[in-house]
Amino acid sequence: MAEAGGITTESVAGDRARAARTMLDQVVLPGEELLLPEQEDAEGPGGAGERPLRLNAGTRSRGRVVCGPGLRRSGDRLLVTKCGRLRHKEPGGGSSGGGVYWVDSQQKRYVPVKGDHVIGIVTAKSGDIFKVDVGGSEPASLSYLAFEGATKRNRPNVQVGDLIYGQFVVANKDMEPEMVCIDSCGRASGMGVIGQDGLLFKVTLGLIRKLLAPDCEILQEVGKLYPLEIVFGMNGRIWVKAKTIQQTLILANILEACEHMTADQRKQIFSRLAE
Amino acid sequence: MAAERKTKLSKNLLRMKFMQRGLDLETKKQLEEEEKKIISEEHWYLDLPELKEKECFIIEEQSFSLCEDLLYGRMSFRGFNPEVEKLMLQMNAKNKVEEVEDEAVELDVSDEEMARRYETLVGTIGKKFAKKRDRASYEEDENGHIKPTVKVKKMFLKPQD
Repeated sequence: MAEAGGITTESVAGDRARAARTMLDQVVLPGEELLLPEQEDAEGPGGAGERPLRLNAGTRSRGRVVCGPGLRRSGDRLLVTKCGRLRHKEPGGGSSGGGVYWVDSQQKRYVPVKGDHVIGIVTAKSGDIFKVDVGGSEPASLSYLAFEGATKRNRPNVQVGDLIYGQFVVANKDMEPEMVCIDSCGRASGMGVIGQDGLLFKVTLGLIRKLLAPDCEILQEVGKLYPLEIVFGMNGRIWVKAKTIQQTLILANILEACEHMTADQRKQIFSRLAE
Repeated sequence: MAAERKTKLSKNLLRMKFMQRGLDLETKKQLEEEEKKIISEEHWYLDLPELKEKECFIIEEQSFSLCEDLLYGRMSFRGFNPEVEKLMLQMNAKNKVEEVEDEAVELDVSDEEMARRYETLVGTIGKKFAKKRDRASYEEDENGHIKPTVKVKKMFLKPQD
């Protein structure tokens, strides 16, 4: 009984496996399996049927496909683990083929990922390390030597409650996340303690990615209003600072609200502000 | 002569951390490789046959930075924080172009300033070599530059009847 049930579910799942190519920009749900282009051709019409002639066979076969956030590898197929839209990016410049597939999902809770730049709040100072709250399941540890020009004698000036902009060097589900404020060459490149004043607020992760996209109109319009400074953390935290408190608050409200506004509503608000 | 020979820094000194901060990535990698080559026979290694990895065509990555080309997280607009604006140009250019070559070497001192400094330099150095009598003639011009005032040559004055 159990075996029969197992077989039927397998066949059902196998029937439902669709080609990743056809599902691009469509909503996918967790549990769906996706076929990559090479397998799809192989599992298509058998030897009796027509074999599609592939003129660019070299580029398709033997390419490494990267499965990004929201996808997992199950055998030779991709398994969807988050609900959202499936996206694909071709590899640029003739590099190793395959491209990247990922699921564009929305969530508020951040899970530390290696290489992400985040804003953290220092919660404790114990011996040689700082404990930094990044919004994940546990606080990340930041060594006092991980700042530019820091040595054992020359300690960085970091207090409890300071805001830190840094990146993760270790971030997996088995270990405590570790972050540093230094890049691989040993330079700070903008990381470290974020200055005085300003306002820190939290938004969804999808909004951060939308604002940091290369062609984001919102930021271009915001930048024309008045002099300001923004820091985006991939953990959903944004820090803003402007010359007066009122300007800072206006900016924070705009950024929080622009997630749910259409382009027209946004333009209305900006034109009102420009007056 | 001792003054002609350049002071050679020892290898140990060059390997110290404070000497390596200014080095490029490439020179650092070369130094590391050289150190690795000095591995002696005392280093232990596993004597296993080479295991073949199963060819996997799918790589799992959890980071969004690989998927979407995101801009650098720190931004400043209309000159609020000039350092951050400089960083923005650097970082975002790095994403678009792999090799960023400096178009023109930025001059530390502009040409005009150089000419001005040189002008005053001539005065101060000239003062050093002038005789004691002539040193009094070096006066401060407008702008505070030290220049020798042109001396009026004393001519013979004919006595008037």
